[in-house]
Amino acid sequence: MSPILFYLFAALTVCFGIAVVANRNPVASALCLVVSFLGLAALFVGLDAYFIAVIQVLVYAGAVMVLFLFIIMLLDLKAETRRKPNLPAYVGGGLVALAFIAQLWLVLERYSAAHQPFPTMWASEGKSIDDVTNVGTTLFSVHNLPFQVIGVLILVATIGVVVLSKRELK
Amino acid sequence: MTITLFHYLFVSGLLFAIGLAGVMLRRNIIIIFMCLELMLNAANLSLVAFSRFNLVNGLPNYNAQVLVFFIITVAAAEVAVGLAIIVALYRARQTTHVEDINSLKF
Repeated sequence: MSPILFYLFAALTVCFGIAVVANRNPVASALCLVVSFLGLAALFVGLDAYFIAVIQVLVYAGAVMVLFLFIIMLLDLKAETRRKPNLPAYVGGGLVALAFIAQLWLVLERYSAAHQPFPTMWASEGKSIDDVTNVGTTLFSVHNLPFQVIGVLILVATIGVVVLSKRELK
Repeated sequence: MTITLFHYLFVSGLLFAIGLAGVMLRRNIIIIFMCLELMLNAANLSLVAFSRFNLVNGLPNYNAQVLVFFIITVAAAEVAVGLAIIVALYRARQTTHVEDINSLKF
């Protein structure tokens, strides 16, 4: 990925991520989160992970965010904007985040392998460089059992949501 | 100046820190939930970056990308269940503010 595009999409992702936390209005926060996820999908494309990028757009920027916006508008959260901010939590959260970033910087500076450029990809005999084919083959051959278990998990989640949404819980 | 693994890992760490700060300083439970999603995505970014960095026979390590696929699936299921819980909570208490929900507080 060219450096200009990387910095553009990284800045987009991080700035709109900050906007998610900084916005007082939950609807604006959710819309900022969509832009942040789209920037992240562009970063995945830069890493040659096209399948993951498409899934990111479809599942996160599509399905999950629609669910978030739907619930925010269903609950009608206008009263939240009138609350006054509590200072200790702001200072504490900010300090923990800054300490984490500083520590990460120190660790990554000493990790020498991280400063080498990414190796170029090549396809060996009879192998395809096609991203979706390779992810699909790995998913259905090596990780077949976890894939089936994920299906059961989705079923359990669906039943759980239906039970939770009933008007009276016994 | 070329883009290295360092840049991707640092962006991933920044996103995680933003999500962590959001979980700690925001009091609206829906915003806290969005920040959790932000942290999951930060983990996904570093997984994909490592997958591209550690080539196996010239191709990225697809096990990492399958793991990212599983994380996205579990996150989607988690969002569905979590939002259903938030709706049930709102029906019971008429609030999404975490400081108003203190029955279990000592």
